Amino acid sequence: MESVGVEGVANEVRTAFESGKTRSLAWRRSQLKALQRLLYEEEEGMFRALKEDLGKHQAEAYRDEVGILIKSVNYALENLKKWTTPRRVHIPLLAFPTRGELVPEPLGVVLVFASWNFPIGLSLEPLIGAIAAGNAIVLKPSELAPASCNFIAKSVSKYLDNMLVKVVRGGPDVGQKLLEQKWDKIFFTGSSRVARIVMAAAAKHLTPVAVELGGKSPAIFDSLESARDRKVAVERIAGAKWVPCSGQVCIGVDYVLVEEQYAPVLIDQLKATLEKFYPRFDCLSRIINEQHFQRLSNLIKDPSVAATIIHGGSLDSETLFIEPTILLDPPLDAEIMNEEIFGPLLPIITLKKIEDSIEFIRARPKPLVIYAFTKDEKLKSRITAETSSGSLTFNDTMIQFACDELPFGGVGGSGFGQYHGKFSFDLFSHTKAVLRRSFLLEFTFRYPPWDAWKLPFMRSIYHFDYVSLLLRVLGLKRS
Amino acid sequence: MENGAEKEAVGEGFDGARAAVLVAGLRRGFASGRTRSYEWRAAQLKGIARMIDDKEAEIMAALHDDLAKPHMESYLHEISLAKAACTFALKEMKRWMKPEKVPTSITTFPSSAEIVSEPLGVVLVISAWNYPFLLSIDPVIGAIAAGNAVALKPSEVAPATSSLFATILPKYTDNSCVKVVEGSIPETTALLEQKWDKIFYTGNGKVGRIVMTAAAKHLTPVALELGGKCPVLVDSNVNVKVATKRIAVGKWGCNNGQACVSPDYILTTKSFAPTLVDAMKKTLEKFYGKDPLESPDLSRIVNANHFRRLTSLLDDEKVSGTIVYGGQQDEKRLKIAPTLLLDVPHDSLIMKEEIFGPLLPIITFNEVEDCLDFINLKAKPLAAYLFTKDKRLEERFIKTVSAGGMLINDTALHLANPHLPFGGVGESGIGAYHGKFSFDSFSHKKAVLSRGFGGEAPARYPPYTPQKQKILRGLINGSIVALLVAILGWPRD
Repeated sequence: MESVGVEGVANEVRTAFESGKTRSLAWRRSQLKALQRLLYEEEEGMFRALKEDLGKHQAEAYRDEVGILIKSVNYALENLKKWTTPRRVHIPLLAFPTRGELVPEPLGVVLVFASWNFPIGLSLEPLIGAIAAGNAIVLKPSELAPASCNFIAKSVSKYLDNMLVKVVRGGPDVGQKLLEQKWDKIFFTGSSRVARIVMAAAAKHLTPVAVELGGKSPAIFDSLESARDRKVAVERIAGAKWVPCSGQVCIGVDYVLVEEQYAPVLIDQLKATLEKFYPRFDCLSRIINEQHFQRLSNLIKDPSVAATIIHGGSLDSETLFIEPTILLDPPLDAEIMNEEIFGPLLPIITLKKIEDSIEFIRARPKPLVIYAFTKDEKLKSRITAETSSGSLTFNDTMIQFACDELPFGGVGGSGFGQYHGKFSFDLFSHTKAVLRRSFLLEFTFRYPPWDAWKLPFMRSIYHFDYVSLLLRVLGLKRS
Repeated sequence: MENGAEKEAVGEGFDGARAAVLVAGLRRGFASGRTRSYEWRAAQLKGIARMIDDKEAEIMAALHDDLAKPHMESYLHEISLAKAACTFALKEMKRWMKPEKVPTSITTFPSSAEIVSEPLGVVLVISAWNYPFLLSIDPVIGAIAAGNAVALKPSEVAPATSSLFATILPKYTDNSCVKVVEGSIPETTALLEQKWDKIFYTGNGKVGRIVMTAAAKHLTPVALELGGKCPVLVDSNVNVKVATKRIAVGKWGCNNGQACVSPDYILTTKSFAPTLVDAMKKTLEKFYGKDPLESPDLSRIVNANHFRRLTSLLDDEKVSGTIVYGGQQDEKRLKIAPTLLLDVPHDSLIMKEEIFGPLLPIITFNEVEDCLDFINLKAKPLAAYLFTKDKRLEERFIKTVSAGGMLINDTALHLANPHLPFGGVGESGIGAYHGKFSFDSFSHKKAVLSRGFGGEAPARYPPYTPQKQKILRGLINGSIVALLVAILGWPRD
C-alpha cells in the first residue's frame, strides 16, 4: 500500500471518529456483538489460517486465541455500562457545594500493531478494549502470518464498521508510513527493537504508547515432595514451553532454575511429559519462518551449547520443525542465555540453593512473567517482594493470561502499559476529571488584594481546620 | 558522605559520564532495598514536610526572587499544596501499599490473585519554572511514596528556587536515594541519555517531545505534564460578578497567567460580551487597583525572554487594536498589566500558541454552539472551563469537549483536590498525578496469581482428543460442568 493509501486511511478514520458515532454505547455494543458473531461463525476460518501460518492444532488455536477472545468479548459486553459510567469522587466538605466525577472518554483514533505468534488473538484482543472505550481503530496485523492477516482483513471488513475499524496490510514499510501519521494512542506487541522505533515516532506527536514486549521469563522449580505435584508442575512447565506455539510465546517459560540435586528428577519428569504429550509431533506448531528457524538453530550451533543438549536437538529446515530440546547448564554468556529464546529449546540452570534464583533473576532485565513452583510460603513472599516482573504466577503457567481481573503487561525491559478486562478499557481512555461548582458560597478571601488578614484564613482552610475557620469567620480568632 | 547536589561549576561540566555515575549511585541505593519499607518512605515524607515548615520563609523568598510571587500566592499555590501532598501521602500510604485482592473466575479455579504495587526503580523528575517549588516537590513526593529512588532536576529558569532545593533537600532526605541536579540544557541532555525507569516531565510540548524521544531509546515510560490553550466558555445566564472574580483569580491570581491551568482565552456570545467585559474591568480594578503595575499582588514575568515573547504577541496591529483594558508594560521590572482584548483575529499568533501570561483575549460568536465548535478545532487543552446555569449546556460541554480536566463555574481549583487525577490528553500531556494517582504513576502494578496443584485439567495438554477439546471449550467459557469434569481428572490418560 502506498503512502497516499495509508494517509488516506488515517484521514478517513479520523473524519469518521469526529462524527461522534463511536461515543454511543449502542455503537460500541453493536461492534462487540459483531465480534462475538465473527468469533462463533468464522471459527473454521481461524483454525485454517492458524494451521497455515504456524501449523497450530485447532485445540491450541481455540485454547490460546479463539476461546480467549470469546471470553474477553463477553466480559467487555457484560461490563460496558459499568465502565462507561462516570465515577463520583470525594470532595472535602470545605469545598461545598462542589461535585466531582471522573468521566472516561475515548482517546480518538488508535493504531494497533499485532505480532505473528498469536496473530489473531493479539490483533483482536486490543480491539475489544479500544472499541469498548469508544475509539476508532486502525489495525496492522503481522505480515509474517499472512493467512491470519488476510483472514483478519476479510472478516473485520465483513463484520465490523468499515469506516471506524480498518485493517492495513503490509510489511515494515507500511508500518513506517503508518507511524508518520498522527494517532491518539499506539498499541504495540512485538520486539524491543521495533518498539523503540514506534515510541520514537510517537514522540513526534506526543502520542501515548503501550508496548507489550517479552524477555526471558524464568520458571523457578523448588523441591516438591509429592510425585503427583511434581508431575503436575512439570506438565504445566511443558504447557508453557512447547504446547503454546512451540515456545514462540511471550509468556512462555524461557528457562528453568532448579537446585542441582533436584535436576535429575526434573529432567526425568520433563522427558516423561514430552513422551506423553508428543507420541507424534502433529500437535506441535512449527517455527514461523526460515529467519527464526535459522536464529534458533544458531543458538544451539555453538559447540559449547550443543554439548549441553540432553534431549532432542533435531532440526528439519524444510518443515521448519525443531524437536523439543532440553539443555542442562549451557554457558551463561552464550546467546541462548542472553536473548529471549522464543522457541522449543529449554535450558535448565542449576543452582546450589533455590533461593539463589532470586539473585539470578534480579541480575537480569525484568521479564514479562516469573513462574515459581513451590509450596514454601517464605520463598513465595521473598520472590514477590524481591523480584520485579510484569506478572508473577505461583504453581502454574500461562493461565494468568486468561484472568480478566488481572492487568497484563510488562515492566522495564518487558514493556509498559497493561491491558485485559477493564485495564484494556482504561488503557484506551482518557479519564477526565470534572468538578462542578455553583455560584453560592463565595470565599472572598480567595481574591486579591491579599491583605495580611486573609492569609491566616487560607491556612485554616488548607489544614481543613474547620474550627479555626469558623472562629475566624465569627471574628473570634485573630492571627 | 555522599553529595546531595551536583552543581555545574566552571570548567567542570555535568556531562554524560557524571550523569552515569549519579544514576549508578541511585541504582545502588535502590538495590539496597531501603526504599521498599514503609518506614523509609514515611521518614522521607516527614522530612520533606519538616523542610517545608522550617524553610517556609526561604521558600517564599526564593519564589519572590524568581517570580516576584506575592506571599499569599506562594503560600496558597505552592507551599500549602506541597504540604498537603505530603500529609495526604503519609495518611494514605499504608493503604496504597497494600496488595489489592482481586476475584478469580472458574477458568482458573482454585486460585487466588492480587495486584501488588512495586516501585519502578530509579526515576527522573524534571520540573518547570512557574511553580518551581510545587512542581518539583509534588512528583518527588509521589515517587518516594511509591518507593523509588529519585533524581530531581529543577528548572534553571527559576534559579533561586533551584539553588534552594540543591541546598535544603539533601538536608532533609536520604541522599543515597534522593538527589538534586542543577543545570540547564547540557545537564538535562546528559541526564536524558541515561536509562531511567520512568521520566516525569513538566513543561512545554517542544521539550516534551525531546524527553519522550530520549526515553524511547531505553523504552522508558514517561509522564508529560504539558499545557495548551485553556478555554473559558461564559454563558449569559451566570452571576457575572462571581464569574469574573473566579476567572480573574485563575488567570492573574495564578502567577499572572503563567500557569498551565490558567484561562487562556474566553469565549462568549456577541450579545453578552459587553456585560462580561464591563464586569471583568470592575473586578480587575478591585483586585489590582488603578495602577496594576504597582500592585504587590501580581507576579512579574519570569524573564526578559518571556517578556519579549508576550509583548511581541501585541506587535500585530490587528491584535493591539483590540485591547479594551490594560496593556501597560514595564520592561525594566518585567511587569505586564492584566490586559483584555476583544475579538482578536482567530489566526493571530496570540490565538495559536499558549499565551502563558496576563493577556486575555475574548472571542465572541453569535451562538454558544459556535463557541463549542471553536474549542474543538484546537488541540486538547490541559483544562477547559464553563460558566453557566444551564444544565443541558453543562452536559454538552462535558460530552463534546476533551481536555485534561474540567471545571464548571470555577477555574484552576481541580488541581488542589488529591482525589482527582491531574494531567493532560493529546497535546496537553500523557499520564496524571496528585494523590493516589501520583503513587500509581510511579508504581508497577504486578499481577500475582497463586494456584495449588489440585484442579488439574488434562484437557489443556496434547494429544488433543475430541473429548479434551469439548472440555477445554467449557472451561474457557466458565462452564461449571466442565470445571467439575476437569477436576475429576477426566478424561483419564
